[in-house]
Amino acid sequence: MEHMRLKIAILAIVFSAVPSLVGHAESLAIRNCTWCHGTSAQGYWTAPRLAGQRDQYIMNQLMSFIEHTRDNPLSKEYMWAAAAHLSPQRALDLATYFSMLSPEAANDGDKELAAVGRTIYEMGIPDSNIVACVACHGPNAEGVREIPRLGGLSYSYLKRRLEQWGEGYNAAAGPPMPHIAGNLSPNQIEALASYLSFVR
Amino acid sequence: MTRNERRWRCIMKLVGLQSALQMAILAAVFAAAGRADVTAAVLKRDIDAKIGYCEDCHGPSAQGFRGFFPIPRLAGQQPEYIENQLRAFVEHRRTNNIMFNVAHSLTPAMISALTTKFQDLNPKPLGGAPRELVAAGKKIFEDGIPDANIAACAACHGPDATGTGQIPRLAGQLYPYVIKELVNWGKERGQNPAKPDTSAIMSPVAHSLAKPQIEAVAAYVSSLK
Repeated sequence: MEHMRLKIAILAIVFSAVPSLVGHAESLAIRNCTWCHGTSAQGYWTAPRLAGQRDQYIMNQLMSFIEHTRDNPLSKEYMWAAAAHLSPQRALDLATYFSMLSPEAANDGDKELAAVGRTIYEMGIPDSNIVACVACHGPNAEGVREIPRLGGLSYSYLKRRLEQWGEGYNAAAGPPMPHIAGNLSPNQIEALASYLSFVR
Repeated sequence: MTRNERRWRCIMKLVGLQSALQMAILAAVFAAAGRADVTAAVLKRDIDAKIGYCEDCHGPSAQGFRGFFPIPRLAGQQPEYIENQLRAFVEHRRTNNIMFNVAHSLTPAMISALTTKFQDLNPKPLGGAPRELVAAGKKIFEDGIPDANIAACAACHGPDATGTGQIPRLAGQLYPYVIKELVNWGKERGQNPAKPDTSAIMSPVAHSLAKPQIEAVAAYVSSLK
């Protein structure tokens, strides 16, 4: 019985959610990502942080690069080719791996705009038909399932993403983001991106 | 004296009382007609924008949406129920920070237009409930649990779970939303002692249902078209 339990415990460790890539931080697939996304996947320059991102969201995005439905310029330029030859299993392994890393906040927004951004995030602007982000992205902007974590992403990435919805990019993602972000003014986008960059 | 009154007094001095009276009547008639037209025109555009706003969270065709929180289906919902809930948010009878702000911004005319629109929508249920629970849920819904003093849900919500008046439609409602409401009933509804409301009817039922029974009922109603 004791022996059996030990066996089960060992099997559980081997087959637990920890993907085969963990423990091989220098594996080629991961290094291909971290060249741009930063050595600890905290984001670098225009490439967003992947650490702590929701695994289902990362999976969805990898699929959307493969299917060319995430069609903003930098995705086209970099991610379409980068994701083209990923097997479903490899994509899943990468998504799991990055989702398990601890995210750090970029803290690079405009501090003076953060309070306004927080109000929009938590309450929306009902009179202008702008919904509260918190309903889907969560109280700490942590995301859930296929809904991305936004807290602590870089100001420039958040700003660009919010602008792109309104510019018609990534329309294949469907509702509700094209409609929601398309109604945001440039000032509101800056406020939201500023606030979110500080959220941990 | 308002600017309009001053204006009318001035006009009356100029044209004499009788013709001024005629003009006043005419002006009133045209103003009323004009206002009605403007109101209708503005409302149509405003209603469409507001529906887009509702659907941003409540899903396309108000089918419901799984955000960080489960966001309920409004499609096919009883207008009186929605109207009562919107007032409940404002009156602190039902606690929900997001909906408190939303409800504050809605005029009675807008609420009436929105509830009429939602009642007419009929998208398919969002789905996602465990199928193996449906049969047990159907039994509770139709027969209640006599041993636990739980009445049949169908008695009030109707055999097809379509609701009536302030009693909500449950058919097609989101599985996680129904669970969340029944689990949190006493913490979320009927929260203003000065304003008791119909939510009190559900309190003993929600309290008596065990979690597996709640899940079963939720699975059943969420599957109904």
